[in-house]
Amino acid sequence: MIAAWPCPGGEEYALAFDRNRPKRVLVLPAWFDEGNKLRHFTVEVMRRLDGAGVDSFLPDLPGCNESLAPLEQQTLQSWRAEAAEAAWFFSATHVLAIRAAAVIAPDALPGWRYAPLAGHSQLRALLRARILSAREAGRDEDREVLLGAGRRDGLELAGYRLGAGMIGGLSEAELPASANQRDIAQGDVGGPGLWLRAEPGHDPRQADALAAILAMELLA
Amino acid sequence: MANARALFDGNTSMSSHAAATDADTVLRQVLQDVLGLSAERVRALAPATGLFGHLPELDSMAVAGLLTEVEDRLGIVIEDDEVDGEMLETYGALLAFVRAKRGR
Repeated sequence: MIAAWPCPGGEEYALAFDRNRPKRVLVLPAWFDEGNKLRHFTVEVMRRLDGAGVDSFLPDLPGCNESLAPLEQQTLQSWRAEAAEAAWFFSATHVLAIRAAAVIAPDALPGWRYAPLAGHSQLRALLRARILSAREAGRDEDREVLLGAGRRDGLELAGYRLGAGMIGGLSEAELPASANQRDIAQGDVGGPGLWLRAEPGHDPRQADALAAILAMELLA
Repeated sequence: MANARALFDGNTSMSSHAAATDADTVLRQVLQDVLGLSAERVRALAPATGLFGHLPELDSMAVAGLLTEVEDRLGIVIEDDEVDGEMLETYGALLAFVRAKRGR
């Protein structure tokens, strides 16, 4: 279940359901705080795909999850290149990009973007959280000032130390148009998005629904 | 029971992205989604119910997500400098803020 895949900094882990089946889905997880909230859901979707006869792979991008690489050195470009590398290494036939990972999903792969989020929207939420916690501590912080400093020197947001390259990249990242990947809205899955939860939660019905959407299209 | 009517409306359209327009209904729904509360507990939210600073699970990241979700569902934009501790302290204060925002 635990696989390794090569990337420029060495090797990263991936969670893999690999039985050499013809349909192989690269799963690009949500980022930062949302990644924690959606981890259980993401793995449950993969389990269901496995049960339906579909292989799937969930790579740790450098700087995330078990990775030892410093998050601060990662950029959208590096993550995009590494997502493509993981797709190649695992011979993925499809991609499932979750939330802001839609921004780095390999163009050439067909697949889905679940509740996709632009990079600038992701950054906005992180900045807002930082401003709120500063205010709670009695400090006033300004979004534009933070953004300017972040673009120059990087910034710690919600416990994640992001480098200048990542801040700059996120602030400009729109949701790319995708000819190959279809968007799946939260409304298609049903229930509230689990990334909203203050405490990580799980809803098996949502994992059932998303896996069913994928499996039906993959095995049609 | 000032909120009885809104609550009743809320119960008839409880899906996450219901086309609810009433600020009270939407706010309760978002809080339910963020806090993973039961419908019962959400119904029990009163104007004086404490939020940020009173509920340990409602940290700054969760509040940021909550505000973004309220913006999306009500079609409003909340500026950073409008957000202060007082407005987030109780359910009633947050509701009053959102209502004022929509009225503009």
